[in-house]
Amino acid sequence: MRSLFRWILLACGAAGLAVFGWAGLTPIETRADSGREELFEIPRGTWARRMAGEDRDILPDQIRLTLGIRDILVLRNRDDVPQIFGPTLMMPGQSFKLPFEQASEYQFACTAHASGQMRVIVDPYPATPWARILWRARRL
Amino acid sequence: MNARTVRGLLLTLAVLLAATANSAPALKAGVFDPPREAPPFALQSSGAGTLELGNYRGKVVILGFGFTWCTNVCPVTLATLAQARRKLGASAADVQIVYITVDPERDDPARMHQYLHAFDPTFIGGTGTERALAAVRKDYGITAEKRDSGTSYSVAHSSFTYLIDRQGRLRALMPYGRSADDYVHDLKILLAE
Repeated sequence: MRSLFRWILLACGAAGLAVFGWAGLTPIETRADSGREELFEIPRGTWARRMAGEDRDILPDQIRLTLGIRDILVLRNRDDVPQIFGPTLMMPGQSFKLPFEQASEYQFACTAHASGQMRVIVDPYPATPWARILWRARRL
Repeated sequence: MNARTVRGLLLTLAVLLAATANSAPALKAGVFDPPREAPPFALQSSGAGTLELGNYRGKVVILGFGFTWCTNVCPVTLATLAQARRKLGASAADVQIVYITVDPERDDPARMHQYLHAFDPTFIGGTGTERALAAVRKDYGITAEKRDSGTSYSVAHSSFTYLIDRQGRLRALMPYGRSADDYVHDLKILLAE
């Protein structure tokens, strides 16, 4: 019984080590479908729903990007009316693509939020094994 | 290598070159897709007469919003733009910087002229009635909020600039804090179109 417990413990340890090793040593690749873009959309009918009294945030207060992996912010207005979306005024059907090249914290005025602010945090590329583990852990 | 193989290779090369030529180089600024016509406006110019966006059709215009009493954002942006123009050399003649005030109470044409001239003598300022300026801000999605600070006041305002191409289309938005080299990179692309 004691020996079985030891084997289970050993197997769990080995599995944990394998996951840790994979998370730290496997390079992070960009998504095949959208590459380095992080897309946010204003759905059709948003303005009409707001006019009807529904109050919903379109964008999260904080957007997190990572250099070299997901570092292009894409905003798209699918609604039928112009919208102040992120930092800019966008016409119906228009999209706005903003690439980031420096890890930093960016503040944008944004009327889509109650606070009037949108924060974009751009993290540096996770170059070390430990940084890759943390990057993957944040996305769990 | 026979003639058929050479022809095949040349054809492949031509297709590759054509594909490369069609893919527009990426701007460092945020890009609007599809681009739309920059909303027209007519304001009091810091130079002489009326400031109309249409006057600069054929040039690449960088459009910014701010005020001459601004202590943080505007001096940095204007100094960066002046540096970018210097770096462009002769092609800077095809670039026009237009700066519209968010503080018409204090920014008359003479004050704007004096302030902008200190950065670059070619910079043009725009001012007008509060109502006219509010309409321009609405068209461009610019926010401006007056904030009292003791005996004086400041104006919190959008800090980005717009890049308008030679055809008068709103092409891109450069966030605050980007370098003169980033502006030069994008201006060269827009000037070459």
